Amino acid sequence: MPSSRWAGWKDGLRYLNRKKYLYLMLIPGVAYFLVFNYIPMYGVVIAFKNFNFAKGILGSPWIGFENFKYMFGLSDFYQVFWNSFSLSLLRLAFGFPFPILLALLLNEMRNRSYQRITQTVIYLPHFISWVVIGGILVNFLSPSWGVLNLFLKQMGFEPVFFLADTAYFRPLVVLSSIWKDSGWESIIYLAAISSVNSELYEAASIDGAGRLKRLWHVTLPGIKSTIVILLILRLGMIMNNGFEQIFVLQNPMNLEVSEVFETYAYRVGILGARFSFGATVGLFTSVIGLVFLLASNRIAKWLKEDGIW
Amino acid sequence: MKIRSFGDRLFDAFIYTVITLFALACLFPFFYVASFSVTPYAEYLQNPLKLIPSRLEFGAYKQIAEMSQMWTGYRNTVIITVTGVAINIFLMLITAYPLSKKDLKGRNAILFLITFTMFFNGGLIPNFYLVKSLHLYNTLWALILPGALGAYNLLLMKNFIGAIPKDLEESAFIDGANEFKVLFRIIVPLSKPAIATFVIFHAVTQWNTFFSAIIYTSKRTLWPLMLILRDLVVDDGGLAASDLNGGQEGVTVFTLKMAIIIFSTLPILLVYPFMQKYFMKGLLVGSIKG
Repeated sequence: MPSSRWAGWKDGLRYLNRKKYLYLMLIPGVAYFLVFNYIPMYGVVIAFKNFNFAKGILGSPWIGFENFKYMFGLSDFYQVFWNSFSLSLLRLAFGFPFPILLALLLNEMRNRSYQRITQTVIYLPHFISWVVIGGILVNFLSPSWGVLNLFLKQMGFEPVFFLADTAYFRPLVVLSSIWKDSGWESIIYLAAISSVNSELYEAASIDGAGRLKRLWHVTLPGIKSTIVILLILRLGMIMNNGFEQIFVLQNPMNLEVSEVFETYAYRVGILGARFSFGATVGLFTSVIGLVFLLASNRIAKWLKEDGIW
Repeated sequence: MKIRSFGDRLFDAFIYTVITLFALACLFPFFYVASFSVTPYAEYLQNPLKLIPSRLEFGAYKQIAEMSQMWTGYRNTVIITVTGVAINIFLMLITAYPLSKKDLKGRNAILFLITFTMFFNGGLIPNFYLVKSLHLYNTLWALILPGALGAYNLLLMKNFIGAIPKDLEESAFIDGANEFKVLFRIIVPLSKPAIATFVIFHAVTQWNTFFSAIIYTSKRTLWPLMLILRDLVVDDGGLAASDLNGGQEGVTVFTLKMAIIIFSTLPILLVYPFMQKYFMKGLLVGSIKG
């Protein structure tokens, strides 16, 4: 019925007119996400093209899965895959529980002002750039002038060139990321702990539960859903190690274990100007991440936990 | 007061030890860097673990003050920090406010559009190509615009604004104010703690800009501080050769590197004790599910 359709349009326009300022406000933000997030998402099609800068994305010819076939045929690729995956897994195993532990301990501190001071201190490294931390590490571990090696020498040991030794790279990365970010990551668990129903604690005390028991039977179950959500999000980043940390600790001598997808994509895609191949590497890691995210979310639901949606 | 059991005391001892050790571990590297930057090198070689030098030597800082590239780096970093924060906060406010209106039509579609960007992105090369196509390559805008608005912080801001009681707004609307007026006269003053938190977050992000500068700039004159820091402190970017020949006597590469680290981190280290009170409270409103 045309008349009612017209009425619908008129209602819509009237609504738009009434809310025009709100919609006007939304224009820059939505445009921002379209340009800076969705255009690059469309840009991943160059992974399926023989991309040429002069021809642009639309003008470059499609080549299907050629780039992927090439990638899977490279022995480099498997090395990078293993480096990224194992490093990320180590971070997950050691780095994920640490902030939870910190939050549980911080919460049990009775001296509130001391608690606040220590919190302030342990959040600090989060605000310092990886370049600065890399600079400190590289120099403190230097075989010629590093504090640690000077100390080793004085104790009568041989100096160790830690950053050139492939055996030290992974522990160094894991430890430094725990040092830098676990304090900060404990915030979210502290917030979750503070929203645990205090009556549960009282009831547990009346039942004669000590602090450890309360921690185990009240606090931990109370923050379980937060832990699960953060774990799912973390699993979505299973192929990511972050560019900056790895890049500043990387050198030709540890490249064998330190080359991860982020630095590899930079090396082949930007430095080597092989855009299609670089985009292929990037798309591969994004898809693996998305698959892990969806799968872990599904598993969480199946275990009757809250997922991320 | 109840008499505390032995186990209880042991537990306390454990907590305080672990937390104190971790806090000290977080602080000591910075103390040492600051100390090494003013310690005479011979003294450092003698006892590298000594925290307080017998006399202070500021030669390295004098030398930094004469390095023109440090000042260009500072200038670039200050520009991208100030401009970046202004754009970020403005965009965040005008986008978060309409999205906090639960009855606004189309809101859910836009929220989905925004949330999706947290889980999938184009990656390095498509972003690089975008920056090239927009002619931002080798401009400071390339260090400001990509990343000027992030989904996660935007959603936190939306939740914060959504938690502000509606009555204040409504009385302003009855007085004939439009949404722009309400946003800047009523919502913004009430959101100060959240805004302060995001100013801090974005300022730190911008100050630490490194990755985007590596990809989006090739001219040394556009380098922000962190790129110069990497060149001089992590790599040996000609420090030994060019800056030490004919430099101040007694200043070694190591001391100079320590001083450069302090010099480029100082603003964060100085402001940090004052800003931490904001993110301790301001942000956590509505930040977690449930």
